[in-house]
Amino acid sequence: MEAINPTIINLIIFVLAIYVGYHVVWNVTPALHTPLMSVTNAISAIVIVGAMLAAALTETLLGQIMGVAAVALASVNVVGGFLVTRRMLEMFKKKPKKATEGASK
Amino acid sequence: MSMNFVVLLYLLASVCFIQALKGLSHPNTSRLGNAFGMTGMAIAVLTTVALILKLSGEAQSGLVNVFGGMVIGGGLGAIMAKRVEMTKMPELVAFMHSMIGMSAVFIAVAAVAEPTALGIELVNGLIPVGNRFELFVGTFVGAITFSGSVIAFGKLSGSYKLRIFQGAPIVFKGQHFINLVLALLMLGCGAWFFMTQQWLPFMIMMAIAFVLGVLIIIPIGGADMPVVVSMLNSYSGWAAAGIGFSLNNSMLIIAGSLVGSSGAILSYIMCKAMNRSFFSVILGGFGAEEGTQTGSSEARPVKSGSADDVAFLLGNSDSIVIVPGYGLAVARAQHAVKEMTEKLIAKGVQVRYAIHPVAGRMPGHMNVLLAEAEVAYDQVFEMEDINSDFGQTDVVFVLGANDVVNPAARTPGSAIYGMPILEAYKANNVIVNKRSMASGYAGLDNELFYMDKTMMVFGDAKKVVEDILKALD
Repeated sequence: MEAINPTIINLIIFVLAIYVGYHVVWNVTPALHTPLMSVTNAISAIVIVGAMLAAALTETLLGQIMGVAAVALASVNVVGGFLVTRRMLEMFKKKPKKATEGASK
Repeated sequence: MSMNFVVLLYLLASVCFIQALKGLSHPNTSRLGNAFGMTGMAIAVLTTVALILKLSGEAQSGLVNVFGGMVIGGGLGAIMAKRVEMTKMPELVAFMHSMIGMSAVFIAVAAVAEPTALGIELVNGLIPVGNRFELFVGTFVGAITFSGSVIAFGKLSGSYKLRIFQGAPIVFKGQHFINLVLALLMLGCGAWFFMTQQWLPFMIMMAIAFVLGVLIIIPIGGADMPVVVSMLNSYSGWAAAGIGFSLNNSMLIIAGSLVGSSGAILSYIMCKAMNRSFFSVILGGFGAEEGTQTGSSEARPVKSGSADDVAFLLGNSDSIVIVPGYGLAVARAQHAVKEMTEKLIAKGVQVRYAIHPVAGRMPGHMNVLLAEAEVAYDQVFEMEDINSDFGQTDVVFVLGANDVVNPAARTPGSAIYGMPILEAYKANNVIVNKRSMASGYAGLDNELFYMDKTMMVFGDAKKVVEDILKALD
């Protein structure tokens, strides 16, 4: 049997991940759509992994400049994205004493 | 550390990312979810450090580069996350999309320059065709994300004089034709690069993609920004997935597709809430910005009142629903509104908030502002949950919102016919705060303003609410 092309395996992962993402995101409560955007920003900064390899393992000047710049830009999102999400989510924390006052429905 | 172990750790990180999104299904679980996300990212980064240590052998200078970049970028990110005002969240998010886009482009350039360093194995001294294709896709999606997000950022912040950063759409003749030609040219250069792996077509393609990103976003008006921001969110995910394909890294593919589908779903929700197709938003040219009303009904009388009148009306009612809109964000009135509600609740009035999905400039914008002002989230209702209650509500207080409460959406033939609205017109009394009588972004007159039971209060939202506060004492 011939070996399966790695791109095909990547494609399988890709399709299944979209499927997972689709179902998970539909469950996100609309009130948290802004934190959803900021946390997905942080998660898409996972390209930092590629950037790190580029910064550390390249030998030419071009490769290194590109790599370091990519690491810096992705780090802005990694740190900024998660921290600002946390800051927002802290605001959604229920305040025990005030919560009962206006509760209705 | 074997390569298998590295990949297993990457799998663990991917699962953490899924948990991070899953946590957002409820405010109570969301903080744990975010912690999962951070853990996943930490695992991914540390594993990569270990991998670099293993691959680089004695020469450890590469890690210095990595940490240098991390300290600069991370420090900047931390400062921004700490300082940003909640009313400025849409700008921050647009800015962060552009970072991802540019980062993806840089990685792709590095990968073309030195494929072996990034784990791409050469065939006859060239990058395999599959990887070439993926690099091409990753680059152009990244480039479009970058330049598009920069324009979106300018439009959202509204503080730059440059015409392309203005909220008003830029429309010119043959726009779609030019975009189409450029897109075809870009794909042509991509194909050329795909066949030959030369720098020239790669660079031309990249340059065209940057221009295309600008051209795609400039015809889109300020109030369509919720769709644009979600769309760019989606693009940034696809760019990450594209880089994952070219580097054969399943974690990047998983994380990228999670983000990509998340952004796509948000765009869909936003379009649906405006009853517009995705393509009509992207192609632009719907209505115009504020103040371009046809003028047929300019002189119609409205009943306007003062803050004292509003305070009297609010203080003597049993139930109030507040409808916040972009005007509240612009005026940064959320804290004043919260104080006002507290006073009213102390008087025994039932106060609730009704939020339309497209209120503000990004999905969930209003919810975050109210949460910042410490409004308990069980006072805040989504459109479907509160619409049936408007009929039994004494007073609806519309703060800086317009189209989302326009009953014209129920009139066949209207430009916004079919758009789901908050049924504010069903309440016993309506108070509307606006800066002026200018029409909303759809350029439509709002029947709600002329109803007998409606009182208009003109002025900046924050100032008006503060005056009401004084009058309530």
